[in-house]
Amino acid sequence: MTAVVEVTNLSRKFGRMMAIDDVSFTIEENRIHGLLGRNGAGKTTLMQLLTGQQFASSGSIRVFGQSPVENAAVLQRTCFIKESQRYPDDFRPKHVLRSAEWFFPEWDADFAAQLVDEFRVPLDRRMKKLSRGQVSAVGVIVGLASRAPLTFFDEPYLGLDAVARQTFYDRLLEDYAEHPRTVILSTHLIDEVSDLLEHVLVIDDGRILLDDDAEDLRGSATVVSGATALVDAFADGHEVIRREALGGRAAVTIGRLTPQQRNSAADAGLELGPVSLQELIVARTATPASTTPGKVTA
Amino acid sequence: MDEGRPLFLQIAEQVENDIISGALPEETQVPSTNEFAAFHRINPATAMKGVNLLVDDGVLYKKRGIGMFVATGSRERLLEKRRERFRAEFVRPLMAEAAKLDIARTELEDMITREQQ
Repeated sequence: MTAVVEVTNLSRKFGRMMAIDDVSFTIEENRIHGLLGRNGAGKTTLMQLLTGQQFASSGSIRVFGQSPVENAAVLQRTCFIKESQRYPDDFRPKHVLRSAEWFFPEWDADFAAQLVDEFRVPLDRRMKKLSRGQVSAVGVIVGLASRAPLTFFDEPYLGLDAVARQTFYDRLLEDYAEHPRTVILSTHLIDEVSDLLEHVLVIDDGRILLDDDAEDLRGSATVVSGATALVDAFADGHEVIRREALGGRAAVTIGRLTPQQRNSAADAGLELGPVSLQELIVARTATPASTTPGKVTA
Repeated sequence: MDEGRPLFLQIAEQVENDIISGALPEETQVPSTNEFAAFHRINPATAMKGVNLLVDDGVLYKKRGIGMFVATGSRERLLEKRRERFRAEFVRPLMAEAAKLDIARTELEDMITREQQ
């Protein structure tokens, strides 16, 4: 395994606010990663730091073994598709695609043309006259056709309809299979993408909350429900991620169970249910930010 | 795909089901991992993990440069494995639920006989 990105004790302060708070992690080559978290958790700041568009307050960032800041050798191999990408006023989609060719050595113009048809992007209309979804489609096309060894998609599909999002997922998987590369996908639509991801980073309040393979997270939690007394007796001694009660019934979300524990829960008359990646992340990040100490430094 | 259970297990199980049902006869080629990934809309690494599981179990074998094939005798082996699991996954919960509902053994046998008719 080769690490494409190595981050060590990275922090980024804006005034007194710690946007990124002493995080360390690595990103392995040729995998599809999910960068997930709530609004304001620090996802975009982190991606800006990794692409040299923000400067670290402290700590170190290595992308392809080097600092990304003002480093053409690194940035040439990096593509960052932003939610709020701005274009020059008189730009049309055809100009965006033509200039993309200058920035990305691996650019595939035929693939871009195929995607333009699929996403029905009007090549000759001014960018500012396009709908929100069409602007997003242009970004997605650049991100896919760039074939950059390290591609970031930051909420790439604002305004994209369900058909276009599905097209994006399908083309991403197909093209990734043929041209393996490292993809970092940041999104709120966790249910839609969870099966595409190989690795998941969850960021909350500027810190890395989860850094696990998607397959390990799947099945890492179970909902146990039944009569309150039975549920609480069973949950005793387990890490309870979340607890809900209604009348005489309770449902707790708890950590991984062994097959023996599952059997004994079933024998006790308890019901066991799966927890999706989205539910797991909601449960893990639903606490108010103020409960995390040290968010604001003096 | 079903939530909660590892995807690679679900992929492996689907291939097993196709072998048991005869949809994938022995010595025929199975789809590539990228085809599995595209069809199920899952990460190719996950699909590969499922397929490799079947290779390790001897259900599938690799022909270098050509692809994956169903091994001879794998249907019989899978049937045997699944029959053992049937007891744990179906018979056991059936008995537990029957006990909960005060269904006597003879009553249960009657029900099964009636279902078969």
